[in-house]
Amino acid sequence: MTQFLDISGLCARIDADGQEKEILKGVDLSIPPGEVHAIMGPNGSGKSTLSYVLAGREDYEVTAGTVNFQGKDLLEMEPEERAAAGLFLAFQSPIELPGVNNANFLRTAVNAVRRARGKDELDAVTFLKTARAAAKELSMAPDMLKRNVNVGFSGGEKKRNEVLQMTLLQPSFAILDETDSGLDVDALRIVAEGVNRLRSPSFSALVITHHQRLLDYLVPDRIHVMAKGRIIHSGGPELAQQIDREGYTRFLAEAEAA
Amino acid sequence: MNAITKDRSDTLAPFGTRLDGVTDPVRKAAIGALHRSGLPDRRVEEWRYTSLRFLTETPLAAPAEVYDAGQVQAQLENLGLNSGTLAELPRLVFVNGRYAEPFSVLPAEVEVSFFAKTQTFGALSAPDRDPLTALNAALASDGAQLHVSAGKNGGDVLLVSLGQTDTPVSFHPRHSVTLDEGAQLTLISIQAGQGRYLHNPVLEISVAAEANLKHVTLQTEGQDAACLATTYAQVAERGTYDSFVLGLGAALSRQEIHARLAAPFATVHVNGAQMLGGKQIGDVTSVITHAAPDCISRQTVRNVLDGHARGVFQGKVFVDRVAQKTDGYQMNQALLLSENAEIDAKPELEIYADDVKCSHGATVGALDDDQLFYLRSRGVPDAEARQILIHAFMDEALGLIEDETARTLCTQMLARSFPVAGESA
Amino acid sequence: MPAVTETREAVEKLGQSSYKWGFETDIDMDVAPKGLNEDTIRLISARKEEPEWLLEWRLAAYRAWLKTEEPKWAKVSYPPIDYQDLHYYAAPRKKPGPKSLEEVDPELLRTYEKLGIPLHEQAMLAGVELPEGETARPPVAVDAVFDSVSVVTTFRKTLEEAGVIFCPISEAVRDYPDLVRKYLGSVVPAGDNFYAALNSAVFTDGSFVFVPKGVRCPMELSTYFRINAKNTGQFERTLIVVEDGASVSYLEGCTAPMRDENQLHAAVVELVAMEDASIKYSTVQNWYPGDENGRGGIYNFVTKRGACRGARSKISWTQVETGSAITWKYPSCILQGEGSVGEFYSVAVTNNHQQADTGTKMIHIGRNTRSTIIAKTISAGHSDSTYRGLVRVLPKASGARNFTQCDSLLIGDQCGAHTVPYIENRNMGARIEHEATTSKISEDQLFYCRQRGLSEEDAVGLIVNGFCRDVLKELPMEFAVEAQKLLQISLEGSVG
Repeated sequence: MTQFLDISGLCARIDADGQEKEILKGVDLSIPPGEVHAIMGPNGSGKSTLSYVLAGREDYEVTAGTVNFQGKDLLEMEPEERAAAGLFLAFQSPIELPGVNNANFLRTAVNAVRRARGKDELDAVTFLKTARAAAKELSMAPDMLKRNVNVGFSGGEKKRNEVLQMTLLQPSFAILDETDSGLDVDALRIVAEGVNRLRSPSFSALVITHHQRLLDYLVPDRIHVMAKGRIIHSGGPELAQQIDREGYTRFLAEAEAA
Repeated sequence: MNAITKDRSDTLAPFGTRLDGVTDPVRKAAIGALHRSGLPDRRVEEWRYTSLRFLTETPLAAPAEVYDAGQVQAQLENLGLNSGTLAELPRLVFVNGRYAEPFSVLPAEVEVSFFAKTQTFGALSAPDRDPLTALNAALASDGAQLHVSAGKNGGDVLLVSLGQTDTPVSFHPRHSVTLDEGAQLTLISIQAGQGRYLHNPVLEISVAAEANLKHVTLQTEGQDAACLATTYAQVAERGTYDSFVLGLGAALSRQEIHARLAAPFATVHVNGAQMLGGKQIGDVTSVITHAAPDCISRQTVRNVLDGHARGVFQGKVFVDRVAQKTDGYQMNQALLLSENAEIDAKPELEIYADDVKCSHGATVGALDDDQLFYLRSRGVPDAEARQILIHAFMDEALGLIEDETARTLCTQMLARSFPVAGESA
Repeated sequence: MPAVTETREAVEKLGQSSYKWGFETDIDMDVAPKGLNEDTIRLISARKEEPEWLLEWRLAAYRAWLKTEEPKWAKVSYPPIDYQDLHYYAAPRKKPGPKSLEEVDPELLRTYEKLGIPLHEQAMLAGVELPEGETARPPVAVDAVFDSVSVVTTFRKTLEEAGVIFCPISEAVRDYPDLVRKYLGSVVPAGDNFYAALNSAVFTDGSFVFVPKGVRCPMELSTYFRINAKNTGQFERTLIVVEDGASVSYLEGCTAPMRDENQLHAAVVELVAMEDASIKYSTVQNWYPGDENGRGGIYNFVTKRGACRGARSKISWTQVETGSAITWKYPSCILQGEGSVGEFYSVAVTNNHQQADTGTKMIHIGRNTRSTIIAKTISAGHSDSTYRGLVRVLPKASGARNFTQCDSLLIGDQCGAHTVPYIENRNMGARIEHEATTSKISEDQLFYCRQRGLSEEDAVGLIVNGFCRDVLKELPMEFAVEAQKLLQISLEGSVG
């Protein structure tokens, strides 16, 4: 128990075309405050499902297990309450909101979260200053604040927009679901720097990735290997290179044997 | 359709005493409804674009029971039904609405009976719902009743209606197709003829669970004829009704299709194309009812209109409150080739369930100038370039016909009725 | 100018379902006896000291009305209306048409103040401190119509200097009889349809706008309609004539008190645009919609039509329809002038038991005429909403173009959203494109917003506003803000 984020025996399923499909089959994972953990694993191992379940997506039904987040029962909370409590999910495929102005969206979200956290709302001017500065740090074109949320954004622009939102919402715990996919080397570095800027004793993160590359920039405290709905192996940052060299076969075999 | 409350019996004058002295309860109910509604005029919303005045001008007698066998033979040859693959298909031939046994070949895997003997009306069409269905119920004398048992494949069957008359007549065949669970059938309906007549068929279709009916209708009626056909189809769980109507003939035609998706995961396709010229009026009207969740409907209808022709498309997609996860798509396109042609379209969505994905589109225009210019810049003469583009437009629609025999037949008949090259340039 | 500040306050108090404009003003009224006959019409005409020709015109309309049937084709249902059980004239006792604000009954002024309608020219001009990033709003001239009578029209001097006439139509009949006689009924004939005929027979007031050749109207014009009296039909009539090369932007807002019975509002709006003229007509319709059980509310049966008479003229309708128990309304464009342009941008929101059947007609008569239709329909609760639109291209309209986009959003599974386009083309050189979609708010979008901390209701509001963006951006800025808030209020209680 870390008293920050403790996932224990988490099982979840989804209804796919009339058939119940078990995806998480007993996930145990603890992340202490101030630490960055990574989850790696083959496709279909349940990594994205874990991130959706933690963020509160209603399509997934939690059938067993608990998630304790800073002393609260996370699974009991509405998605927006989780956000207010400090949980942020950077989506693997960020959603487009046609007709919704990006700056307006960000301000609405920031103020909703500030309200919930008992802070004063930001006025339009202060917000815009903050947002522009943050966007600049992420090398985002200034007009991206004026455009509709994610509409017509390139893959890289969408991912940067996620990191921008994260920067402004100041979460205590961020889940980055394949935020590195579809990014070129420069964009990857910018995004990773964006995350690194947030690192502090009061910020933890769970980074879901397929590639060691992101972890070069964003050195994690722990790496977990996930397969078939479970964490099957955990280790230090050196695990990334090992996986990059050898793949998951060995861990899978060990898990089978156990 | 009951906006009209006063007695409109006067519109039934063309049928004279044919509606009198009926005792059968179904027919009596139909005639009662008919007297109240009369034949619809354009003040009735469903008929705002199609006038039946053409019908009410002359008396329409019952057709003679004898027919000219030589003429039937010639008609069948002319339709190309006696050569190639088509010659080998089982067929049910009706002349002026009556079964013509000598020209028919019964299918092996399909049970066939005749309305003239059974006198059963079926349950899908309520006679008081629609005046033309009521008219059919009142005057029906014969019709084919096809039944394919569970799991059987009925193969391809031709259902041929021929009109031949010297004086104005009307005939009202009552057909039905019933597919049991998992059964299959390809029905090719052909509507053709010579002379001045009204062909007013009603076809009831029942597709059971997992069954699949492919239904292609080729309407190439005589140029003085009126063809007012109504089809009622009901599709059960995971069943498919895949229909295509090609309208080429008749002075006045209306193909009205009511398709009901009655159980989950059913699919209907209500596709069609019309190519009209002269003073033809061609109407494709459909009502697709999603009465169960998770069903799919698709509709593409294309019109090519030349001369003074008028094309009408009315397509309603109705989604019941229970029909969540409905997936409906509808597209209507028209190409006007002449300054005097007209298209009236009313694609309609009526939706009461919230978790649905429904869309429709309609485009109307002339041939694309850029495409024409492109072809001509490659040396293709103007008239030919137009032909190529019209062909392409129609071919895309005919491509929706899955059955190859039916598609070939439609392609050939379409080629025959092509507008004269350059006429409209 | 609608209730901007009022609405903002309303939004802040979200959570308590309420129609913020539902109060009633206690004011001394001059009311005609109930019932409609030729004597009623003579009385109205006499009270308004009208010339003989107008009385005759009204009587002809009344006789036409008697022979016309109430339209039944719209997808709305309501119990029969007893047209003899209504008052056809109600006016604040004070003599209509005060010359200055000082002459207006202070109770009325307070009403408009409460509604957030700026009637004080001085206050408007003095200007207030604005937050950074917001530009000063230009002044807006307002014609305030209270029940059947125009109570005050602001900025008339400024407008007169520019040559623009903006006054109550009853005054225009007196002061500019030739203009009124020439154009009244020229777009919507007296016997056009049941409600238009009724309006022609009994209309009591409304606004008149005339913008002469070459003049760009120096400010936005606005009429604010308020129904107050009980059992009273409201029949206002608006006539806007814009001459060659001139232009005007006109706004219309409306509210009514909450009452248990239904009230009839049958207005007629006629627009005339001559060569190179342009009219932008915006409406935020917020009549009382009835309560959550469908009791009370306004029957809004309105005929709005614009004639693009001159070459290259342009008429643009923008409407945000959130109010009324029943809406029956099809702002139309008759595109006669070569190269003339018609536009229709609409957002219609229905909730609870509201019914709306609204859309447009674009009649292409002249060559190279163009029209655009963007209609967004949102249904929630037990409501029913229909887009009904006609695009008709006549044989001479070569080169005509139309583009139509209709999108419907359903919120909840007890409502209906319907799309009924009529496309009639008799010209081979015309091109018409129509697209329509119906869907619900995507779960993905909702989840995304909620993950960022927005409540479900706010998320729905945000997504709905985005859905309506293409229409809202056509509104004058001040109206757009108002409209956005209205959308949110209208959908209150529809999620969850």
